[in-house]
Amino acid sequence: MGLRAESRSWGIGIFLVLTLFFIPALASAKEPAPPESGEAKVEAPTPEGETVSPLGYPLNFTAVDNPNDDGMKIKLTWELSPGDQPELGKKENPVKGYRVSRLGPEEAEWQLVTVQPPGIAYFLDEGTEEFPLENDVLYDYKIEVVGEGEILSPPIVQKGIVSSQQFFNTDRINILVCVIAYLCILLFYIFRARKGHELFVRRIAGLDAVDEAIGRATEMGRPILFITGLHDVADISTIAAITILGKVARKTAEYETPLLVPNYDPMVMLVAQETVKQAYLEGGHPDAYSDDMVFFLTTSQFGFVAAVDGIMVREKPATNFYMGYYYAESLILAETGADTGAIQIAGTDSVTQLPFFITSCDYTIIGEELYAASAYLSKEPLQLGSLKAQDFAKVIIGVLMLTGIAATLFGWMWVVDLFIAR
Amino acid sequence: MRREVPVLICAIMGVAMIIQFFIPHPVSQAIYKTVIKWFIIIVTFAMVLGLLSLTRMHLTKLRRGDKDWFFSLVTISSLFVNLLVGFFSFRITDSFIFEGLKVPFNFFTISFATGLAAGSPFMNLFDYIQVPMQATMFSLLAFFIASASFRTFRARTVEATLLLVAALIVMVGRVPVGHMISTSIPALSDWILVNPNMAAKRGIMIGVGLGGISMALKIILGIERSWLGGGGE
Repeated sequence: MGLRAESRSWGIGIFLVLTLFFIPALASAKEPAPPESGEAKVEAPTPEGETVSPLGYPLNFTAVDNPNDDGMKIKLTWELSPGDQPELGKKENPVKGYRVSRLGPEEAEWQLVTVQPPGIAYFLDEGTEEFPLENDVLYDYKIEVVGEGEILSPPIVQKGIVSSQQFFNTDRINILVCVIAYLCILLFYIFRARKGHELFVRRIAGLDAVDEAIGRATEMGRPILFITGLHDVADISTIAAITILGKVARKTAEYETPLLVPNYDPMVMLVAQETVKQAYLEGGHPDAYSDDMVFFLTTSQFGFVAAVDGIMVREKPATNFYMGYYYAESLILAETGADTGAIQIAGTDSVTQLPFFITSCDYTIIGEELYAASAYLSKEPLQLGSLKAQDFAKVIIGVLMLTGIAATLFGWMWVVDLFIAR
Repeated sequence: MRREVPVLICAIMGVAMIIQFFIPHPVSQAIYKTVIKWFIIIVTFAMVLGLLSLTRMHLTKLRRGDKDWFFSLVTISSLFVNLLVGFFSFRITDSFIFEGLKVPFNFFTISFATGLAAGSPFMNLFDYIQVPMQATMFSLLAFFIASASFRTFRARTVEATLLLVAALIVMVGRVPVGHMISTSIPALSDWILVNPNMAAKRGIMIGVGLGGISMALKIILGIERSWLGGGGE
């Protein structure tokens, strides 16, 4: 019964998410809007009896407000002149470029905006320091083909173009849909967890070993070294490391095991100090806490490594925790710790450093397992619910990847375009 | 209130920055730039607190005459020498302008300049002491990789043997001698890095990305509060 109900929930969830994904597909599968204002106009029609220049003139010259920006940009596009043959090379090509000019409302003369090289049929006018582009102001644009000896074809003019700022970036609607969909899935599983549904979470060896590692340090009478990585406090991996630090500090407070937390970033130091102080308070030993347990070293990468290695060699901690984001110093830390005989537990989302930690540490928490630490150690239903939501999202991503592969094979590029992040 | 107010601030700012990502309007961009400036200012103040923490800890060790007090002395001395040199850095120039007159070429003078000028004592300290020390620490990696490889790459199980063979191919393939032995070795090394290795990396990165989103949403929604401090119970 439970299994059928869970399968039904999965089915409904997958249906809802796929529906949400196809809404923007339907919204975006429409004809592009015509130019906002103005109309293409040949201002200098060829006099009767005279032949059109062999260069021709660029067709379908459009000038529109650049979409999804903060304004002050006009997007200009045109088709190449019939005389433009880029394959002939610069010298042989009869077309030497496309001259684009702009006329503002207060200006008497056309201002040259750019001369695009042959073969290019696009330009984004962002204004210049001398002739800035302003929002909500009418501009006229004209394009002329430049040939040998400055022979110009008849100009094509677009009148009354206005640049404006937009309130919503429609290019990112797919990201918004994904975020909302994921949020819905997250809330769904959190509510399920709150209702008392049992949620299975597989064993994570590195997190199970935390208690054992703390116990080892307590028995040996040696300190525990905890490093929160080399990123700042805004990084998710650092927050996850601080979470684990809180749990470790709570245990060290109860067992009265010395704790050393050297920090690379001063902001992380401040957060870590608060975390450890609170943990010691909750552990019933607020007097055992000292600010010297959690200290700042340096923001120099190898200076930090040298200092921590020195601490390891002098203090000889029994347990080393490396939680957070690391760079090249990971192996130096782990090998030095291994030399001192410490049990080492590492957890990082840095894919380049994982192999080094795996070879040198006793336990390694890989990638998202680090983020799961909070849920895994606390076993709170709300936290466990979020883990299930992550797993469900991974299934959806797998399905979408297969869909993308099929779409690419069959040439349904509109499906692929749905997932391009701009 | 001590926990509710930070959670509320976090929720408001988190939602605001998510919404800002989708709004290209200049007001939204201006808000984003202002928030970034606030962050930089707060981090700068935090640096001051970090330095105070470092100084206090080492001065305490010096005062108490703790074991290894000498290293604390070196740390404090280095910190203050660098600070003073940076503030009052000077360089010897071959001429300078004094009250509108240019002193001749042979007259060596001292002019005060900010510490980051090329050739200043501060930059000399950085270029000739700090950079070589950093390079020394970095070079330890070569030896540690050798010792870690020797310890780890043992053919005890099938997976360990696969790891050993793959590691051998990739290591030999990345050095010129691999090409000299056979041109297939660098090609095989590249194949291993581009195919199975990349597939595993991407799998981990997908998981990391989802985990990061989940963590961020939990923090914004107030479900994850461990960052406020404490053991979370």
